[in-house]
Amino acid sequence: MKPAAFSYVRPQSWSDALTLVASGARPGAGTQSLGPLLNLRLAQPDTIADLRHLPDYAGVAVSGNVLRIGAGTTHAAIEDGAVPGRTGEIMAGVARRIAYRPVRNRGTIGGSLAHADPAADWVAVLPALGGTAIALGPQGERRLPLAGFVTGIFETALATDELLRAVEVPVFPAGALWGHWKFCRKVGEFSKVTACVLSIPGAAPRAVLAALDGPPLVIDDASALLADTDAEAARIVSAFPGLSEWRRAVAQTALRHAVAAVRQS
Amino acid sequence: MSRIAISLTVNGEPTKVETEPREHLADLLRGRLMLTGTHIGCEHGVCGACTVEIDGAPARSCITHAGSCDGASVRTIEGFGDDVVMAALREAFSQEHALQCGYCTPGMLVAARDIVLRLPNADEARVREELAGNLCRCTGYRGIVRAVLSVLTARRSS
Repeated sequence: MKPAAFSYVRPQSWSDALTLVASGARPGAGTQSLGPLLNLRLAQPDTIADLRHLPDYAGVAVSGNVLRIGAGTTHAAIEDGAVPGRTGEIMAGVARRIAYRPVRNRGTIGGSLAHADPAADWVAVLPALGGTAIALGPQGERRLPLAGFVTGIFETALATDELLRAVEVPVFPAGALWGHWKFCRKVGEFSKVTACVLSIPGAAPRAVLAALDGPPLVIDDASALLADTDAEAARIVSAFPGLSEWRRAVAQTALRHAVAAVRQS
Repeated sequence: MSRIAISLTVNGEPTKVETEPREHLADLLRGRLMLTGTHIGCEHGVCGACTVEIDGAPARSCITHAGSCDGASVRTIEGFGDDVVMAALREAFSQEHALQCGYCTPGMLVAARDIVLRLPNADEARVREELAGNLCRCTGYRGIVRAVLSVLTARRSS
C-alpha cells in the first residue's frame, strides 16, 4: 500500500509541462484517482508532473455562448457554483455526487476526464453536455469533441505528448432539461451504471449510457428513448452483449430514471 | 530516487522536512512529525480516517503525496485546540456516544466540522450523505449523526 518510488516535478509553465510529458512523465493534478493507483502500485510512473501550479489551470471563463472550464477546476468548486447559469446548475448537481467532499476538494474535472476511468462521473456527463476538450501539444491547441474523447478503459483521444488544458461546454438556456441517474449501493462509491439525458427545446435530446466497463455510449438523437422509453432502453442495452443479467436490468433502469428526471425537471 | 526537501505549515508551525516524493502526507505526519492523531485506514481514499485540512479544506492525507504538499498549510486533529466548532463537536461526540474505538474519530471530526461550517442548514439526510466518506465500524453512525445535528441545531438557535 505504499507507492513505488517516483520523482516529483512541478512545472511552472505549459511549455515545461509539455516537455516533461513528452519525455514520459505522468501528468498529475489532484491525484484523487492516481493516488490510489500509486498506493496499490497499479501505476508506477518514473516521474509525476504536478500540473496544479500552471497558469490558468483552474477557473471558469465565459466567452459568448461557451463556458471554458480550466482542467484543474476542482469538483468542489463546481459544486459550489463556479460554473454560472443553467449549465452550472446541472454541473453542480453532478459534482455534489462525486465521491466525497474531501476528495472533491482536490480532484479536478480535467484530471478525472483524462484519467478516463469508465465509472467516473465527468466521463459520463461531459459527452452528454456535448462540448469540446481543449488539448495542448507541441503544435499548440487542438479541439476534440467531448463525445468520443474517452475511447476505452483509461484511454482517451489525447496524444501521448498532449495535455488536457480545459473543457468547453455550452451555455444552456434556462429551459434545458436534464436527467442524470447513477447506481451506487453506497453514496460516493464508483457508479455501476450511469445514464444521462439532456433535452434543450428545439434540439434533438442527447443521451449517454456509461460506467459499463468501456467508453460511454453517446446517443446523439435520443428522441426514440423519450418517446418509447422501455422498448428503446432495452434495445440500447442489448448493444452490450457481455453484461450480466442484473447489470443489464440496472442499465435499463438507469435510462428510465434519467428520462423520468428529464420529464420532471 | 532522490529525496526532496519540502516546506509546509503544520498546525501553524512552519516545518521543513526531507522526504521521498512517494511518501504520502499521512505517513509524513505520523512517522516523521509524530502527529499520530491522523489515522490510516484503507490508504486509497475511501475510509476517511486520514482526513485532515489542507489549505483550509478537508482532504485525504493518504492519497496526497509529500511532493504536492510543498508550500501547503496542513491542519491535523492536533491543530484544533482553540477552535470553538471543534470544541462543540468533541463535547457532542462524547455526549452522544459518537465513538467507541476512536479509530475513525479524527477524520470524522474534521469532516463533521466542515459540514457544520459549510452547510449550516443541513438536515439528517444531508448529514448522512456528507458523512458517507467516513467509515465507522463501531457505532452504526446514529450517535455520530446525532452529535453533528446537535451542534448544527445549537448554532442555528444561538
